[in-house]
Amino acid sequence: MTTVINIPQSLDENSFEQVLEQVVPLPPDARMLLDARHTRWASPYGLTALLALGQSRDAARPTLAVPDADDTTSYWARSNFFYYAGEFFDLKGVVPRRSQGDSAVLLEVTPIAKSEDVHGAVDRIQEKTSQIIGKELGLDPKAIVGFAMTLSEVCQNILEHAGRGGWVMVQTYNWTRRLGRRVVVIAVCDAGVGFRKSLESAGHMTDRWDDAAALEAAVIRSVSRFRDPGRGQGLAGVRKYIGRWDGKLSVRSGTARIAIVPSWDDDLPLQEGLTQFPGAQIQVTIPERIAR
Amino acid sequence: MTTHIDLGTVLRQTLSANLYSNLVTRPTGAAVRTQIELQLHDTDPSLTIIDFSHVSMIDFSCADEVIAKLLLRLATDREAYFVFRGLTDDHWDSVEAVLERHGLALVVERESGVELVGVLDDLERRAFQAIKRRGRTEVWDLARDLGESEYLTRGAIERMWRRRLIMRVGDTYMPVGELQ
Repeated sequence: MTTVINIPQSLDENSFEQVLEQVVPLPPDARMLLDARHTRWASPYGLTALLALGQSRDAARPTLAVPDADDTTSYWARSNFFYYAGEFFDLKGVVPRRSQGDSAVLLEVTPIAKSEDVHGAVDRIQEKTSQIIGKELGLDPKAIVGFAMTLSEVCQNILEHAGRGGWVMVQTYNWTRRLGRRVVVIAVCDAGVGFRKSLESAGHMTDRWDDAAALEAAVIRSVSRFRDPGRGQGLAGVRKYIGRWDGKLSVRSGTARIAIVPSWDDDLPLQEGLTQFPGAQIQVTIPERIAR
Repeated sequence: MTTHIDLGTVLRQTLSANLYSNLVTRPTGAAVRTQIELQLHDTDPSLTIIDFSHVSMIDFSCADEVIAKLLLRLATDREAYFVFRGLTDDHWDSVEAVLERHGLALVVERESGVELVGVLDDLERRAFQAIKRRGRTEVWDLARDLGESEYLTRGAIERMWRRRLIMRVGDTYMPVGELQ
């Protein structure tokens, strides 16, 4: 029997939880059809998390019914999503050929499995962000370097802690409904060991130890699984960067999600009891600067 | 003996694809630091110019590997002095973060001459400016300039020398780089 998993019309950090709620109760070898036919939009988080989901279901290769809407499949193709999705899913439906890149996509879906991949991603983002960050988002040119550093550090989270590869994607879009401004978003997702197991491997457990405690330790207190005192600065640097540019950071791992929430957002700082999902899923959002 | 190390060149020699100009990732930082260590002279004292002029950006992890570990390993075990050249605002966030994390300071070369950046107390900062004004100098001269006791001044100067932030020749002290 094949279980049909409905992919929401708009697939982002929040609605991806609906996907997980349908998938995770199924046995690892259950046959699944992920039905994205009615999906019209996906954020970088949505696309990279879908790949991580496919990566986590290696006991039985799922089928992915691609969106019906041409503009949606065309965008997913331009984002390189189908190129990597073919590794984990049987794709059903019309998959367009990959065409010229989209100017809003600053970095297409890009696999991160080794140090050189991070170098490649950072170099490519530097080429494309100067115009976007300066002119479209109205940020100081200094924000460009920090943005590339942030990208580097969140990608390195995969190298250091996941134990397997993951994906990154960067895009700018107009976040009309939520914010009424343009934003630039970095999403980094993997289906590796996650923060709790990573910290457990170094014996960092506290009295109350669960996914939420592990996220608090890693994201807020900069605890690392390595004993080297220089470790753990990466996410601290990301926090500093998003604080300076009024951005948002959210990190999901296991059954918990932690967020550094700016004044323009009403997200919860900590969510527990979410559906269990392996690895870590990170999103960084930097909004357009409004002249004061 | 002065050694000049262009980090941009070292970076390109270190990576398999020699296209990149960003110092990012911890493995890259560790590989670059190893290359630097191989180029250092064995004799003490030694002076090494670490040149960032051809590095676009350095992230926190790489700054920890290249700068913090280099200073922690070499400056304490040996009489090895470093001057950092070509550091700009684009590098500063990550460099400052690792200096604060480890309680380190370093010597940077600017148009106005060498300066100290990082974790220093007020007396150390004032002492360094006094040494720069005087050039080669002795502790009792500095104490008089600073209006501090010779005991306190000597303590500050000794700490700075042990951190290789100033050079010592006999009983005199001078800014790093004076012997170039």
